[in-house]
Amino acid sequence: MTFLEFTEGPLWYAAAAAFVVGVVWRFIGIIAFGRKPDLSTPRASAQTGAVRSIFLHFVPHGGFASKTGFHAIAGYLFHIGLFVLLAFAVPHIVFISEEILGLPAGVMAWGGLSHWGFIVVAEIAFLGIILLWIRRFTDPVSRMISDADDYIGTVLTFLVMLTGCFALGESSEALRAIHMLMVDAWLIYFPFSRLMHAFTFVLSRGYTGALFGRRGVTP
Amino acid sequence: MSINEAIEVLKSNTDAGAASYLDACVHCGQCATACHFYENTGDVRYAPVLKMDLMRRVYKRHLAPLSGIKRAMGLVPDELTMDDFEEFSELIYDSCTLCGRCTIVCPMGIDIAGMVRKTREGMVAAGLVPEDLVGAADRAIEFGSPLKITPEVLQKVCKKQEEEFGIPIPIDVVGADYLVILSAMEVLQFYEVIGALAKIFRQAGISWTISTDGYEATNIGIQMGNKDIARTLVGRIVGAAEKLGVKYVISPECGHAYSALKWEGPNLLGRAYDFEIIHIMELLDQLRREGRIKARGSDDQRLTFHDPCQIVRRGGVVDEPRHLMNMVASNFVEMDNCGTANICCGGGGGVSSNSRAEELRIKAFGSKKKQLDDVKPDAMVTACANCRNVLEEALDEWDVDMEVLGLTELVAEYLDETPPANT
Repeated sequence: MTFLEFTEGPLWYAAAAAFVVGVVWRFIGIIAFGRKPDLSTPRASAQTGAVRSIFLHFVPHGGFASKTGFHAIAGYLFHIGLFVLLAFAVPHIVFISEEILGLPAGVMAWGGLSHWGFIVVAEIAFLGIILLWIRRFTDPVSRMISDADDYIGTVLTFLVMLTGCFALGESSEALRAIHMLMVDAWLIYFPFSRLMHAFTFVLSRGYTGALFGRRGVTP
Repeated sequence: MSINEAIEVLKSNTDAGAASYLDACVHCGQCATACHFYENTGDVRYAPVLKMDLMRRVYKRHLAPLSGIKRAMGLVPDELTMDDFEEFSELIYDSCTLCGRCTIVCPMGIDIAGMVRKTREGMVAAGLVPEDLVGAADRAIEFGSPLKITPEVLQKVCKKQEEEFGIPIPIDVVGADYLVILSAMEVLQFYEVIGALAKIFRQAGISWTISTDGYEATNIGIQMGNKDIARTLVGRIVGAAEKLGVKYVISPECGHAYSALKWEGPNLLGRAYDFEIIHIMELLDQLRREGRIKARGSDDQRLTFHDPCQIVRRGGVVDEPRHLMNMVASNFVEMDNCGTANICCGGGGGVSSNSRAEELRIKAFGSKKKQLDDVKPDAMVTACANCRNVLEEALDEWDVDMEVLGLTELVAEYLDETPPANT
């Protein structure tokens, strides 16, 4: 078994399993804490408030634009770039089609980015993560509260993206193997880390939205 | 009172909502941009996110899913000590008004004010409540009011208002529709609101009463984080309402009183009420909509409205005061970020009762001052007696000559007292 076969085989399956089990465990673990029923008489629907809050907080509040604009723009550049790379980079689609969906070799489940499209999107994502880093180092509050997890999570993500770019040309098995190794490490680290916010944001926004939705307001 | 008890309280206060907040926070620090304590001091300790730290450390050490694996590897925070609680007492009581403005800017929508409330309960267990709040709670339990407004004092004030307005103030009337409760600050300092209510209710034909058993709206237990005291104080109002058989209890111009009675009271008592809670702004706006009160003339000054956080952002009474302002003010101007994003007066959540926080509170008023400087009003109107008192003090400290008015009194001042056609 080559190193590439190991990272795309046993290690990949182990990492993917750790990711899925860990994420589900943590997500359900949070919900399992439960909440006491609210006996106050509602003014409006908690469910509507939850849904409103989940979507409303995607849009930065206009009243703070001058203070939060940099973070919001950097955040969107990074997250949109990362999502597009994850879902539309051709090697990812091929890997998902063949390894996860079991499609015949050469059949892609959906269309992907062109080579130049990949480059542009990758640069957007890199710009975003670098700007977020700059903010984390320069904003006094963010710098003070950041801990090892914040840095490990973003460094791992950065390395996944960087090695992915190196592997794009498919010029070397070693480069692809290094990328897969980073992906596997990222997947294993994910459920133990703050990277979980990719899922838990639904819960935090939802619970706040439900609480205040009953009161007829969405903060 | 012990460290173990305090830690247990923080653990037991961790429900799914709190767990989601502690898990979802990405340490972006955006919450600080919405905090008047941080904005006016530049001190990173006042960043709202840090005020969740005691809850976070307990959660990550003891409760978080997968924390067992991390604990085995020595990767969880240290156990909290009494020194930690002492260090955080100032952050939890002095530099947070529970205004909740940080929630609207948080990308994760985290209710940090709610987490501070939960942490205050841990502070109570640790015996670290500021002594002014403890004193206010003792007076509330012993005399019925944190400012020693006894039933006898209340009745004297009501009598004077009867004489001043020439309208009877009904006391302990069984079978009245509405029970009026008042905050200690209203009875002590803004007592004209009692006459104003009598005037408005006479015009609207409202059947109402004040109870000598349950008249104090202020709930110091909510502010300090003591559920037992909060329950006792809510219970007095509920008991009075049930004894008199009213259909509604009117929450007065007091921010946290509304939150305590309307949203937290049933959960403290473990049962829903047999009557409805209506905020005075909701009732006055309802009377306006129904044509039962109208204005004759209007205030021509350039007036702006200060949104009390617990009534507007955290209470949902957003439009009603604006309808009333438009009824009685011909030159009503809104501040930037008005409504749910409005800036706190600086004295909510027990901060105004906490003398050790006074210097910080006055400094934090700088954010409100900027809001006011932008619109340059002649006077400011609000719907919370505590806000009103805090704003008056802060304006004075900042050498700003501006009157602060109560909206109920303003409505009464411009009330059209023409008898309704059917009477």
